[in-house]
Amino acid sequence: MIQIEELRKVYRARGREVTAVDGVDLTVREGEVFGVLGRSGAGKSTLLRCVNLLERPDSGRVVVAGQDLMALRGGELRRARQGIGMIHQHFGLLSSRTVAGNVAFPLEVMGVPRAERAERVAELLDLVGLSDHADAYPAQISGGQKQRVGIARALAGRPKVLLSDEATSALDPETTASILELLRDLNRRLGLTILLITHEMDVVKRICDSAAIMREGRFVESGPVRELLLRPGSELARGLFPLPEPAVRPGTTVVDLTFEGDSADRPFVSSLARTYSIDVNILGGAVEEIGDTRVGRLRVELPGDPELNAAQLAHLRDAGLTVEVHGAAPAGPATDSGLEVAR
Amino acid sequence: MTWSEIWPLLQEASVATAIMVGVSGLFAAVFGLLFGVLLVLTDRDGLFPLPILNKLLGGVVNVGRSLPFIILMIAIVPFTKLVTGGSSIGTEAMIVPLAVGAVPFYARLVETALREVDPGVVAAARAMGASGREIVWKVLLREARPGLLAGLTVTVIALVGYSAMAGTIGGGGLGDVAVQYGYERFETKVMISTVVLLVVVVQLIQMLGDWAARRLSHK
Repeated sequence: MIQIEELRKVYRARGREVTAVDGVDLTVREGEVFGVLGRSGAGKSTLLRCVNLLERPDSGRVVVAGQDLMALRGGELRRARQGIGMIHQHFGLLSSRTVAGNVAFPLEVMGVPRAERAERVAELLDLVGLSDHADAYPAQISGGQKQRVGIARALAGRPKVLLSDEATSALDPETTASILELLRDLNRRLGLTILLITHEMDVVKRICDSAAIMREGRFVESGPVRELLLRPGSELARGLFPLPEPAVRPGTTVVDLTFEGDSADRPFVSSLARTYSIDVNILGGAVEEIGDTRVGRLRVELPGDPELNAAQLAHLRDAGLTVEVHGAAPAGPATDSGLEVAR
Repeated sequence: MTWSEIWPLLQEASVATAIMVGVSGLFAAVFGLLFGVLLVLTDRDGLFPLPILNKLLGGVVNVGRSLPFIILMIAIVPFTKLVTGGSSIGTEAMIVPLAVGAVPFYARLVETALREVDPGVVAAARAMGASGREIVWKVLLREARPGLLAGLTVTVIALVGYSAMAGTIGGGGLGDVAVQYGYERFETKVMISTVVLLVVVVQLIQMLGDWAARRLSHK
């Protein structure tokens, strides 16, 4: 639905060049929620603005719903944008128009006749649960309600694609949850493809099917969220289940176990302890609901050096777990724990 | 002078002032708005960046703004004569320098008011596929309405002051009366009544402007 190839965007200001997006490839499948996670300044906002060409990329390809946007100019580009919804961190509502007037704006731009407009506005306000506030001005409603207006407005042209620019970053946690739920619901009911950018790990956890971590204009890792979580050394997994720097005592083996779905429901720790008659020490961990599955990460300590635990580790792998072994303290950590994911 | 003599004098002068301020204010509103919009649109970060035109326009506006009105009024006498077809004194003639002085004044206020519009709203409108014309009319001018009105109020009040100066070189109006009768003939009663009248007029304009701006603001 969205295909981006080798996208580059460089800003030039007063002789200085800043590469905001540095060769990003991105594919968002139809009906998918794709999240780009990164700190501010990582280039994710520029990336998003390149998708509807609010910023024209310096090079690369941007194809949305089969249309090569870089080839379009003027009126053609404006028409293409009408088919791509966008919501914004600070909502971008017209303060001089009522809620209904704001939702009507894109319909006016599209040249929808007045009578039809009123009907469609009522429909859209109903969709986001704001029918009672049609005549209120943006200054009179809450942040969450403003974002609902933003969503209704973005959906006015029945877009296949919705771009979300930090849509929940200005909202409190409860409101964030309700907006994310609404987006998830729209994604499922309307088959809406969503590309969102965020600095909140929680957003990825709650609604994204796929995700990418962006740093200094590049994607550091990208793929389906479940796959990323199970991939050893994944930044997403470590960001979502933060565990401290492992302190490995001599003569022990410290292992991080990542599990999902069925394997999460099996008592693999007690099974390990019983099978090998060893004491398994749990050092830390967490379990989260990601989409429809349960995913968890657990750090355990086994007696004996890693070489002596080969059978035990194989047992864990056979149980369907992703196993990461931490080396002994002097040798330095086997995995790079210098995690830097904005949360 | 008795009140029965002063009264018709003030009435006539008030009409002259109203004409001068009204007509030049209208010019200021139309052309100030136009130049103000152009200043914002042609800016480097504007919707239609045209840096050379922007600099040129900004320069013209600055020249207009930096000249004290009393100098501007005299300096453009040849232009005034050209417009009126010969005359450079009288109420109609004074409309020319008043308009010339007020247009750049209001243009800057328009520019400021338009810059106050949330850039996020403009970006949202662009993302919706709005055209430049739609963004100017439906977003910029519409969102800035309270600011534009407040600016117009300031401009009209400045024009009342300028028109008094115009009175000194034969423009007529309340300023003229104050100078001719109040100052040169020591008619204190005339002086005080013109002052009171001017204060009341300015107050009324300000109140009207504030009221209208408040009505249009939904922030």
